[in-house]
Amino acid sequence: MASVTYRNVTKRWGDVTAVRNLSIEIPDGEFLVFVGPSGCGKSTSLRMLAGLEEITEGEILIGDRVVNNVAPKDRDIAMVFQSYALYPHMTVYDNMAFGLRLRRTPKQVIDERVREVAASLGIEQLLDRRPRQLSGGQRQRVAVGRAIVREPAVFLLDEPLSNLDAKLRVEARAFISKLHQRLGTTFIYVTHDQTEAMTMGQRIAVLRAGELMQIDSPSNLYDHPSNVFVAGFIGSPAMNFFDNVDLFEEGGKMWVDTGYFRLEVPEARYDLYRPHMGKQLTFGIRPEAISHPNYQPADIRPSLIEANVDVVELMGNEKIVYLEESGKTFLARFDPRADITVGQRTGAVFNMASMHLFDQETEQALQ
Amino acid sequence: MKRPDVPHIMRQGRLIPWFYLLPALAILTIYVVYPTVRTFYVSLRNEDSSGWAGDTCNDDETCFGVLENYHKVFTEDTAGAKNVTSLYNTARWLVIVVPGTVILGLLFAMITDRVRYTAAAKAIIFMPMAISFVGAALIWGFVYDSDEKVGLLNAFLVRLGFDARNWLGLAPPSGTFLLTVIAVWVWTGFTMTLLAAAIKSIPGEVIEASRVDGANEFQLFFRIILPQIMPTVAVVMTTMTINTLKMFDIVWVMGGRDTDVIATRMVSELTESRDFGMAAAIAVVLILLTIPVMVYNVRRFTIEEARR
Repeated sequence: MASVTYRNVTKRWGDVTAVRNLSIEIPDGEFLVFVGPSGCGKSTSLRMLAGLEEITEGEILIGDRVVNNVAPKDRDIAMVFQSYALYPHMTVYDNMAFGLRLRRTPKQVIDERVREVAASLGIEQLLDRRPRQLSGGQRQRVAVGRAIVREPAVFLLDEPLSNLDAKLRVEARAFISKLHQRLGTTFIYVTHDQTEAMTMGQRIAVLRAGELMQIDSPSNLYDHPSNVFVAGFIGSPAMNFFDNVDLFEEGGKMWVDTGYFRLEVPEARYDLYRPHMGKQLTFGIRPEAISHPNYQPADIRPSLIEANVDVVELMGNEKIVYLEESGKTFLARFDPRADITVGQRTGAVFNMASMHLFDQETEQALQ
Repeated sequence: MKRPDVPHIMRQGRLIPWFYLLPALAILTIYVVYPTVRTFYVSLRNEDSSGWAGDTCNDDETCFGVLENYHKVFTEDTAGAKNVTSLYNTARWLVIVVPGTVILGLLFAMITDRVRYTAAAKAIIFMPMAISFVGAALIWGFVYDSDEKVGLLNAFLVRLGFDARNWLGLAPPSGTFLLTVIAVWVWTGFTMTLLAAAIKSIPGEVIEASRVDGANEFQLFFRIILPQIMPTVAVVMTTMTINTLKMFDIVWVMGGRDTDVIATRMVSELTESRDFGMAAAIAVVLILLTIPVMVYNVRRFTIEEARR
């Protein structure tokens, strides 16, 4: 068990900066997720912690110890790789026992630990098989088993679910979350999938092009994204953005004019937004904050507009509606009972309590 | 053998496939099967094929009849025809060259991967492969020359205060050892290239996983890398075994009678003694020695194929 600290960590390959001045403190026992699009430096950040990449600048600490120059084997970590990286020439048992054997753990202890972990993961019947004879889901469990059997202080997982099919992935998500609860060890998890990040992470670090965009709890990231990137990256379907909106006061009320329609800003935001009037602003609103007038939730700050129905995707539990107004398309999540037809005009209610405004120049949220 | 699932439209009956095979079979018959059978026949005959091999036997000596030539191959060891010595020398070649090239090849494959100019380093180590064995023998002739003004090895020894020696005049096994060094020098580039390719094919994450698991460089090599490249090591070893059994050029150019191997013995019988029966018998022995290695190689290949 150990905390992990990134202190001004930078990774460069020649002229390319993969990670820029990353500072994060991960308390003991936390499940932290690094998320971001490919090439954002999330895997590199994890690999530096594992000791598989050198740190160009800054320090990484595991517990109180700076590990910059400590070999991977001496860092008291275990890692689950995207490809699982099982040893193909060894049985499942030997795969799991390998790390313990290298540490000269007594045979009997190894046997107990391997069997206990295998039982807890439901893979005890596979112990004599080779990786080649296992399904993707089984391999993934063996890879996790190989990591936990060593009882490391920190667990590193590098996109461990991306090679699984959709159904298995949902199962594996729950399985890893439970595992974290059971072990209580620090977990650091890398994924490009914001759903995985949201469902598993206690805190999520969103990276873009080597820079930390925001680190916070899933609900805070979702409700209070601190910039346009995080707002657009977290949540699916993604948040709708309207650039160059006009923020003004009229008749004692504050309004946002997107150029297509005009929406009323809740009073609670007046003081926050007033200093930013006249700036170039981006207005953001999530699809679920736009509902059909007949099925609007009770506790919202409604602001009604009209738009054309472009596309309707019935998901069963909801309708994803592509609304269009003067060439601008935006998404809404309507109640499945909403009676709408493609090509018609429909009313749409914006819940302005969950509106977002961003400074268009800095891309930072006004908050 | 189980008939593979071939779509009906592609089935060809029993006869048609043989027609496709006919050209290849004809060529193989003319150039492989016939010479092999003919060689075996000649090996049972006397020096100019005018009679059977046992015809000239003296009554007071053991005679193997038509197999007399084989009898000589395994027992005769006169100053002019060191058959037994050549068998021992070939064994020495195998013991030194096969493990030597494989171990050095592995070592270089691992090391060159870690240096800065991997490609250049590999090219240099591979370079001797581009030189013919005769050329290599001449180059090493200068290394081993008995005159310290010419011989590199003697020059070093004299500089260090030792006496120059006539290296190539040394009695076996030392002379043979000096020759095998040349073969190792030439072939290590070949084994390195094949083994390096096999090592490269191991996924990087597997290597990383073993590092995180706690393996040091030795454990990484012996417990992760080596077991995974064993199929390639086996192929390289069998290939090198066959190459070494056939070794001729270096010994022919540099060696004397004492360093003869099977192949040089065979050519001596042919070109110097003009004993076709003996030459053929030695050739058959050489073929018989390579056959088990070939069979092993083909078997391995079939197993590998079946695994896919």
